[in-house]
Amino acid sequence: MNQMQNFTKGFIKENPVFVLLLGMCPTLGVTSSAINGLGMGLATTFVLLMSNIVISVIKNVIPSKVKIPSFIVVIASLVTVVELVMQAYLPALYKSLGLFIPLIVVNCIVLGRAEAFASKNTIATSAIDGLGMGLGFSFALTLLGAAREFLGSGKIFNLTIFPEDYGMLLFVLAPGAFLVLGYLIAIINRLNKA
Amino acid sequence: MAQKESTFTNMTVTLFLVTLIAATILGFIHDLTKEDIALAKMKAQKEAIESVLPAFENLGDSYKVLPADGADSLEFFPAYGADEQLVGVAVKTYTKNGFSGLITLMAGFSPDGAVTGYEILEHKETPGLGAKMDKWFKDESKPKQNIIGKSPATTKFEVSKDGGEVDAITASTITSRAFLDAVKRAYNTYNQNQELEKTADNQTKEGGQS
Repeated sequence: MNQMQNFTKGFIKENPVFVLLLGMCPTLGVTSSAINGLGMGLATTFVLLMSNIVISVIKNVIPSKVKIPSFIVVIASLVTVVELVMQAYLPALYKSLGLFIPLIVVNCIVLGRAEAFASKNTIATSAIDGLGMGLGFSFALTLLGAAREFLGSGKIFNLTIFPEDYGMLLFVLAPGAFLVLGYLIAIINRLNKA
Repeated sequence: MAQKESTFTNMTVTLFLVTLIAATILGFIHDLTKEDIALAKMKAQKEAIESVLPAFENLGDSYKVLPADGADSLEFFPAYGADEQLVGVAVKTYTKNGFSGLITLMAGFSPDGAVTGYEILEHKETPGLGAKMDKWFKDESKPKQNIIGKSPATTKFEVSKDGGEVDAITASTITSRAFLDAVKRAYNTYNQNQELEKTADNQTKEGGQS
């Protein structure tokens, strides 16, 4: 597999949300609007990129039986760094996303890529994998958020498309997340088969 | 370089080193960002106070008061005009009755007890429903849901469904009740505190100990 394929596989072929079905908890929880999905996706991308780099650097000095605990410590530290820096220098973004940042620690995509990819590959390949997967995750979350926001309140990125009164509130609430996700997975599967 | 073997010593040393390095880095970043975080919080608080009160010259010292019906204290920020006259008090208040738990907000009161403004600080209400409270209760074109300029002393701060005089957010009665609960808690505590202060003032004048 060349580097280009390595990078693009995260978007459709191995999309973490639509195909690997990893990290469903933040996916369903934060995607009530497109901007929330995008913010969460980008924060996760950063953590994913950094953790893949760090883990591919230290992979040889970690005995295999303590791999998972060491990886968790690395990921949790990175998330805390993101949280502190965002709180200090981007308070407005922190206000809308602060709640979801600690959730990145328990997002299994991050640990999944660390375990399945970064612990077996070189630094450069791992970095590309992390970036691709992260952007694929952001893409999926933004799409899901935009669809729910559009159906639920007639807006996309807070731009009104049709009056809010015609929106179906169900889609902004939890059941709508499952419905939209189900349909999106079906569409992506169809595309992958073709 | 070959993978290290999973002997007891190797595992212990590795885990110790990993956590040590992580803790050192976190401590360093914490020190680095501490001041900026405090500054950002102060700034956000100051902006909230400015937006809920009419124009003022300077802020007095803030103080905390325990409400009669809650476990956590409310924070009061008195604001004074150019002639040292009290123009209003901003109260950082909260409610735990939100649709998804805690809501904190800053409410401004004029000295006679009328609401001069409010600003939601933190909430987890449903976007598109309860989250609309940030504008709903200060919509000047809809007097039945607008609480600005009204005082809980003369207007019944309950949703109309409960026999009150404020229209609830459509499909978000629980959030609306919680919101009014927070504002009422701020008002009641403010009132109760003013009475306490008056008695305290009288005692000082009569030569009592302050």
